[in-house]
Amino acid sequence: MQEADKSLLVVVRHGPYQGQLAREALDAVLTAAAFEQPVSLLFMDDGVFQLTPNQDGSAIDAKNLATMLAVLPMYDVDRVYVELDSLNLRAISPESLTLPATPVGGHALRDLFVNNAHLLSF
Amino acid sequence: MILHIVNKSPFQSDCLNSCLRIISPEDALLLIEDGVYAALDTPRGLASLAPAIPVYALEADCRARGILDQLHASVKPTDDHGFVELTLAYAKSQSWF
Amino acid sequence: MNKIEVEGATVELDREGFLRDLHQWSRQVAVELARREQIDLGDEHWEIIDLLRSFYKEYKVSPAMRILVKQAGIKLGREKGSSLHLLRLFPGSPAKVASKIAGLPKPTNCL
Repeated sequence: MQEADKSLLVVVRHGPYQGQLAREALDAVLTAAAFEQPVSLLFMDDGVFQLTPNQDGSAIDAKNLATMLAVLPMYDVDRVYVELDSLNLRAISPESLTLPATPVGGHALRDLFVNNAHLLSF
Repeated sequence: MILHIVNKSPFQSDCLNSCLRIISPEDALLLIEDGVYAALDTPRGLASLAPAIPVYALEADCRARGILDQLHASVKPTDDHGFVELTLAYAKSQSWF
Repeated sequence: MNKIEVEGATVELDREGFLRDLHQWSRQVAVELARREQIDLGDEHWEIIDLLRSFYKEYKVSPAMRILVKQAGIKLGREKGSSLHLLRLFPGSPAKVASKIAGLPKPTNCL
């Protein structure tokens, strides 16, 4: 019997401080990674604001989300993608992001959804 | 391949646009809650999508909003049972909210 | 209410014995939290506690077991980067127990 494909794509589409969504997305990614499941992370729409520099969550009594995302490499999460259109629309340059993320669009973007067995959106 | 579920009005949110950047003819689109307003025959609606991609709208949500008889011709109303069937028919679902 | 008394101050704990206010942590609080787990803190425990606290300070996340093992191996030497070493120091569920004593939140990905 073939082993079930556990690959997971976590799609992050909301800003860093809108309710608990960003935290929940990070928890989902870290949990999958802690159990050594293949996990990819895609930031699109306002989700790309999670990767912008100079965040100071303490101003609104929240944990700094960009700081927390920096833990991803420690968990060996290196498949991090960011949608190019979302960046362009918001005048954000890929070089300014707080994490190394691969810009994707078109077919490469679609392939992320097709090639991962499970999708989780936040 | 993928069942896309949109629950926000296209007049209010960019969810539908984001979904349309990903969607492809082997997928289907299901409109629920305020997402059913995308089923209206308007420039913000689905005219560009049909008939390449099957589009469903949750009937109860359309009826509640009084738009059941104004849906774009390509949109198929569906009930909760149909919703379940759709999630079974497609390998995975992506919620746009 | 779950609480401990340390040097005349009351420190509140949650249902599982984690600090309610992380700022109340001190080395004396750690000793008391460890005592509740039947652990007598020695140098090797403190190495892990300090490691956890600096990890949390940097990332605001309590590391899961696998990550703690890896970090211990990198920062403290290869022989300490093992589940066995951590299990010996913090029996049961090392990442959870050590985080508790170090005054951090429960690791989110710790079931």
